[in-house]
Amino acid sequence: MLIVGELINGMYSNIALALKNHDKKIVQTCVLEQITSGADALDLCCGPASQNPLIDMPWLVEVVQEVTDKPLCLDSSNPKVIQAGLKVARNKTIINSTTADVEKLDILIPLAKKYRSGLIGITISAKGIPQNKDQRLELAAMILNQVSEKGFPIAELYLDPIVMPINVAQNQIRDILETILEFKMISKPSPKTIIGLSNISQGARPRSLINRTFLTMAVASGLDSVILDPKDKELMDTLITAELILNKNIYCDSYLEAYRKK
Amino acid sequence: MDAPLALEKWSGVISTVIIGAKKEEGGSRSNIIKIGGQSTLPLLFKEGAIPNKPKIAFEISDIAPYDFDEELTTAYGKAINDPLAWAEICVNKYKAELLCLKMQGTHPDFGNKSPQSAAKFISTLLSKVSVPLIIIGSGDDAKDNLIMPACSEAARGERCLIGCAVQDNYKTFTASVLADGHSIIAESPIDINIAKQLNILISDMGLSLERIVINPTIGALGYGLEYAYSIMERARLAALSGDKTLASPFICFVGQEAWRTKEAKTSPEQGIIWETLTATSLIQSGADLLVMRHPKAAQIVSSHIEALFKE
Repeated sequence: MLIVGELINGMYSNIALALKNHDKKIVQTCVLEQITSGADALDLCCGPASQNPLIDMPWLVEVVQEVTDKPLCLDSSNPKVIQAGLKVARNKTIINSTTADVEKLDILIPLAKKYRSGLIGITISAKGIPQNKDQRLELAAMILNQVSEKGFPIAELYLDPIVMPINVAQNQIRDILETILEFKMISKPSPKTIIGLSNISQGARPRSLINRTFLTMAVASGLDSVILDPKDKELMDTLITAELILNKNIYCDSYLEAYRKK
Repeated sequence: MDAPLALEKWSGVISTVIIGAKKEEGGSRSNIIKIGGQSTLPLLFKEGAIPNKPKIAFEISDIAPYDFDEELTTAYGKAINDPLAWAEICVNKYKAELLCLKMQGTHPDFGNKSPQSAAKFISTLLSKVSVPLIIIGSGDDAKDNLIMPACSEAARGERCLIGCAVQDNYKTFTASVLADGHSIIAESPIDINIAKQLNILISDMGLSLERIVINPTIGALGYGLEYAYSIMERARLAALSGDKTLASPFICFVGQEAWRTKEAKTSPEQGIIWETLTATSLIQSGADLLVMRHPKAAQIVSSHIEALFKE
């Protein structure tokens, strides 16, 4: 499981402040805390607080690279912001994200190829958020077609079924889980699957319990990677245990510690 | 048309463990032995690196052996009653590059030697032979806790491999090995979960995972070899997939298991065959160190290893 830490995001007040003052200490501390807690990669998002994401994104990339060589997910809906980050990235990168819209794919797939970056494809489009599994799969097929046509390696594609909050679209959650499973069967080699976990509990509570319960179900559905808060220890313990039960790691009495020694 | 090889890309690598220290490294050995370091499954030379061949250690003990078959005692002649002479025959006549010494004489039932006497034996042996040493306790937990620190200290700086630490009795072993600069053998009863747990417990005491060799416990051909084989294979697959807590080389006590079988006792030739086939099968499952008894079997297996690695 690729664990992407979600905490470098301008939506959080500490990161908003860091972006405002270009205070790299705050960012680097947050990066190292996430890595210590088990993050394999880091999501970098300037968020709405950033006045100038074209400057802030490359700044984030630079300061994060000073303290880690882990992969970076460049998170923006604006391809120009992503490109600004890619230009200065030395670490492995993953573009987060493209929607299933031709105009987006036409820009982001070539960028991903040029910078040898991974690419997250979210199954939404300008027409809106899909309402069921079939619509999600249709959008996934569209992304896959584009990716294949443009010669981008499918193994570097991460499909995101777009997780909806439990208090908004409770009737869709089972479909979302089934979609994860079907993403893996959509082509050979399969694309990878990813979710932004915290969406499930947006506006609901207790958030942590909802997050970890849903994560267990998603892992059992074949999830390959997840964007989450790695500092939530119970969540991480749940993830490690779910993977253990699925025989991804070998059991021993100290399996939680063993996983963290990896 | 040749079918293309299906090659796996592994993220993990097995630790390299060095046994023996030369003079410039603070020891007095004439050679050192390196095991492990693979980044692929056994013998898949085209898939990944296999920097070190499996190595054979000749098994000796600090007293005349009590459980050696007649064929084995005959192979070493009268020297077998004098452990130091026995060790010299292994090295000088049979060209052993590594000895595995079992401190059998310290066992309460087999002489009950004191820690001082055990330490003295180690010092004398180190002065008589110059190859690296593996030192094994007698298997009596309480006595091993007294003896092994003395043996470890007597061989300080020689970078020995010391064992066998088990889940109920690993702390004294680990502390000694840490203090005297050796590496450790972690033994589990054909149980991958315990093997992993023990490696974690030992590394929690401060001994790095790179200084652990796993004794998975084996059965001889016809006596559970396939169970050991599958445990070793599973551990190796996990290690190559990135599980550092299982990325240790394996030591297999081949001679002891093979010569216990009734088949081995049937005829001298069959004993040698049994030990040889047990060893060669274990090489296929990833054994890095083979502790062997009969010089003839050791010689056949040694030639076999050379042939396997000839490419």
